[in-house]
Amino acid sequence: MTQDSVPQDPHPTGSSHDTLMSDELRLQMLKFATLQLRDSHLAEDAVQEALLGAFRYAQAFAGRAAYKTWVFAILKNKIADLLRKNQRLVNVSSLTRTEDDSLEETLFNQNGMWHRDERPVAWSSPEGSAEDSQFWQIFEACLDDLPPNQGRVFMMREFVDLESSEICSELDISVSNLNVLLYRARLRLRECLENKWYLDGDCRC
Amino acid sequence: MLNCHKATRLMSEAQDRPLTLGEKLALRLHTMMCSACSNFEKQLPALRRMARGFARHQP
Repeated sequence: MTQDSVPQDPHPTGSSHDTLMSDELRLQMLKFATLQLRDSHLAEDAVQEALLGAFRYAQAFAGRAAYKTWVFAILKNKIADLLRKNQRLVNVSSLTRTEDDSLEETLFNQNGMWHRDERPVAWSSPEGSAEDSQFWQIFEACLDDLPPNQGRVFMMREFVDLESSEICSELDISVSNLNVLLYRARLRLRECLENKWYLDGDCRC
Repeated sequence: MLNCHKATRLMSEAQDRPLTLGEKLALRLHTMMCSACSNFEKQLPALRRMARGFARHQP
């Protein structure tokens, strides 16, 4: 690659180093790695290695979005290596069948209709909630309450924005297993947010 | 005819894959009659936005 072919940084006020090593990005990576690895020390090592690996070639990327995508790709590979090394993948598919069957029985009756007290209500101004720091504390608590594999695939899908096929390949699970995990994660997270925020009086919207 | 359990399952899958015309029609008919499932359907994209906004609001 010649000097001319290197994309120009559209944000010249911040150096590549600043962008790459920003606290916000590192925090996002650490959050994701901890969720995936369930071990804060392993997560810290994976994030540090990913950032150092990315920094070697930082000049080849233009703009924050490209950095973030690339650094997360490196981190995901680090995590996948660690998961395989520690043989934690075997737990994923085996737990999908038994982990959370009771949730659906709690929410739906034998005819598959909502139990009277579990019917979803309309949320007033979910966008407004995003401006409230207390909301994010509740969101994090609800996320932490998810069974581990549900929280893991939910964040891989919604936070890191991986396609279903990528998650299935990464975790060695079938599409139907992934759909069950995502469905239960969304059910449980929605239920938790409704109970703790939208119905509990904390919501100022 | 879809019940609420199957309808919400399909709504969740709609976040991850394109639905067929038949699935879309079945869901539309169900949500016209079921306000709870209609609320659920609107909340799924909100959950996605929350997950994406989560890191930005971390102290």
